[in-house]
Amino acid sequence: MASRFRCAVGIFLPMLRLRYLCLASAIAFGAAGASALAAQPPVASVTPAVTPADIRFMQEMLGHHAQALEMTALIATRTRRVDLQTLAERITNSQTDEMALMRRWLARQGATVPETHVMSAHDMSATAGMSDADAMPLMPGMLTPPQMAALRAAKGAAFDRLFLRGMIQHHTGALTMVAALLDTAGAAQESGINRFVIDVDADQRAEISRMRRISVRR
Amino acid sequence: MTTLALAVASVAQAQAQAQARASAKASTRDPRFALKGGWTDAQQAISNLSLVAHREKPEGFANAANLGDFALLNGDLAFDGKTMIQGGFHGFQVWDISSPSNPTLRLAFPCPGGQGDPSIYKNLLFYSVEENRGRVDCGAQGVEATASAERFRGVRIFDISDLDHPKQVAAVQTCRGSHTHTLVPDPKDPGVVYVYVSGTAGVRPSAELAGCNDGSPANDTSIARFRIDVIKVTVADPQSARVVSSPRVFADRTGKAISGLWKGGTHGTGTQETSETDQCHDITVYPAIGLAAGACSGNGILLDISNPANPKRVDEVIDPNFSYWHSATFNNDGTKVLFSDEWGGGMGAKCRDTDRMTWGADAIFSITKRKMTAQGHYKIPAAQGPLENCVAHNGTLIPVPGRDIMVQAWYQGGLSVFDFTNPKKPVEIAYFDRGPIDTKDLALAGFWSAYWYNGNIYGSEIGRGLDVLELTPSAFLTQNEIDAAKSAVVAGLNPQLQEKLVWTPSFVVARAYLDQLERDAGLPAAQVTAISASLGMAEQQSGPARKALLTSLGARLDKSAIGAKGAVRVRALSATVKGLAAAAE
Repeated sequence: MASRFRCAVGIFLPMLRLRYLCLASAIAFGAAGASALAAQPPVASVTPAVTPADIRFMQEMLGHHAQALEMTALIATRTRRVDLQTLAERITNSQTDEMALMRRWLARQGATVPETHVMSAHDMSATAGMSDADAMPLMPGMLTPPQMAALRAAKGAAFDRLFLRGMIQHHTGALTMVAALLDTAGAAQESGINRFVIDVDADQRAEISRMRRISVRR
Repeated sequence: MTTLALAVASVAQAQAQAQARASAKASTRDPRFALKGGWTDAQQAISNLSLVAHREKPEGFANAANLGDFALLNGDLAFDGKTMIQGGFHGFQVWDISSPSNPTLRLAFPCPGGQGDPSIYKNLLFYSVEENRGRVDCGAQGVEATASAERFRGVRIFDISDLDHPKQVAAVQTCRGSHTHTLVPDPKDPGVVYVYVSGTAGVRPSAELAGCNDGSPANDTSIARFRIDVIKVTVADPQSARVVSSPRVFADRTGKAISGLWKGGTHGTGTQETSETDQCHDITVYPAIGLAAGACSGNGILLDISNPANPKRVDEVIDPNFSYWHSATFNNDGTKVLFSDEWGGGMGAKCRDTDRMTWGADAIFSITKRKMTAQGHYKIPAAQGPLENCVAHNGTLIPVPGRDIMVQAWYQGGLSVFDFTNPKKPVEIAYFDRGPIDTKDLALAGFWSAYWYNGNIYGSEIGRGLDVLELTPSAFLTQNEIDAAKSAVVAGLNPQLQEKLVWTPSFVVARAYLDQLERDAGLPAAQVTAISASLGMAEQQSGPARKALLTSLGARLDKSAIGAKGAVRVRALSATVKGLAAAAE
């Protein structure tokens, strides 16, 4: 993969096949020290490197989002509540858009883009693997296989309850993942992923508070 | 009326309007639809404008391998005299615009951190930073530690007395960084300026910035959401700049709950899903009328800014078509406010012929006694493709006397000039658009801002650089109206800070009004012809002869105004003519 940015001065260091780090600049600007405010324009346009934690976050979040789509795919056949259908449509849209963005971002980094496959409500079987995500360890908030099985088996009011509870759990997990990434040294510095986590955080918070209100109403 | 009651009341109305407009679609027959794409060679469509200059991004500010690279997006514009500052995620560019058709790059100053929204007050440049990679020292390498004194998110202040050597003299940290900001000059002391900071990103850990708190609004009133931050800056001593207040402008009327406005969600079947009101995106201040209009995620709000450090909310509105309240523009006489909806956050293709014309659009409200009432919507009439991120974005008024005209950026939907004098039926006047920047992928590009400044339209192109345009006359806008707009010269222009536009009485301003009376049949055609002849005669005279002719014309106009269809315009014309008479010696 070609270097995205040129280094006017410095040593090109291939980092995990991801991006090249311009060492000389990094060293020069690490030494701000005494007059911290003095803006020192860099000689070359470098941006902070994408880290392994960033890549892992995006890969894991893809699987995490894929489970939300598995859940919303159940809505049509298991509930008649219009508010849940509207909510599910919104979640489907936002998670689908974000998944496309994550795939593009990962591809651009030359990183593996995990396969995700969402089962439709029709071809559901209790044992079928839903996605590669199922093969991955469960990310925070993801429903366990028994929880998913219970959701699939439920109908009507019981389904509504399990769906809301499950989706709140799921989305809360996404917030945990974002917080963990932001708590990782060097992570979320690249502008694309920085923007993405801001949006994910805002969207999931909004959807959680909306689900809580729906829960309270019932 | 509470927001909730407003919501209920307007749902029925919104649904009726939505049905009425169900057939309204963006046109795929418009020349702007299906333009050939490309970074530097995209096909263009232009109407009633001419492109007088285009400048590519400077070295280091573009990435050919990733045209929508977030690290390098061009952003907002600020003007001071013959200088224009183009902000961006990677740093700012200083342009000499002494000759608008030949803008010259004076300095490209890397200082990464996004969005890089700029404003200028006297010798100071204010500059918004929100990203995690932002560093106090403007370094590009980011900050490794999760809590670090090296990280900068907030408002930078540069001394730009020497434009070739900007010097960062202060940097005020805030809990959510600064997505945008607005300057509010102190009404009593020109040596003091306030900065309204709108932060939309995550809240920083208190380990990095003391006092930052990301709790829940229900049980915690110290949280960094549900507020704006106000910085006070003494121009002579910018180092003393600090946050002096964090007004809870979304509080309920009792003041008990800090989250008193829209809770987020839909407004009923078939309506848009609107974000929760926990932040403003833009706050547009209009000191001349003592008001600010906040475009605040879930609501449009009006603030009384007579005490700049403590703005007070006086009204709020919702719109069931809005996803995210993004920006606001007052008309010049302060009787209307136009809010924009950034549906999809600017990253989505929201102008396809399948997207509703009232979604991702402008909503226009009238203002009477500080209360807003919904009027109509505006969205570019041309359909755009799936590779073009497109939604309403930043614009300014074009100072054509007697009309409310605005130019606005629509990302890859191009820029559009439209008239909203009749707020129920805005009409497009002119446009400029290019095909998608990337022919295979949706890449974030297009116009971030399109602003009128002293006779030209300046467009900040996110991925392609800078464009300068000039209006050309058409059935919608005459040369006199364009020349009258050019006569309303300002000393500078900052985003979200509106100045009252004034026109010195002149023959061209008079003729602009007369052209409008002719177009709208505001006076009988014979009278228009006679007035035009009188103006012509007066212009050829000078001194007392001119004065006498104009005085007599003014008196005639006052009589004509009585009962005329265009009475308001005739009186404006009369005032201009009398002003000319007074000036004639």
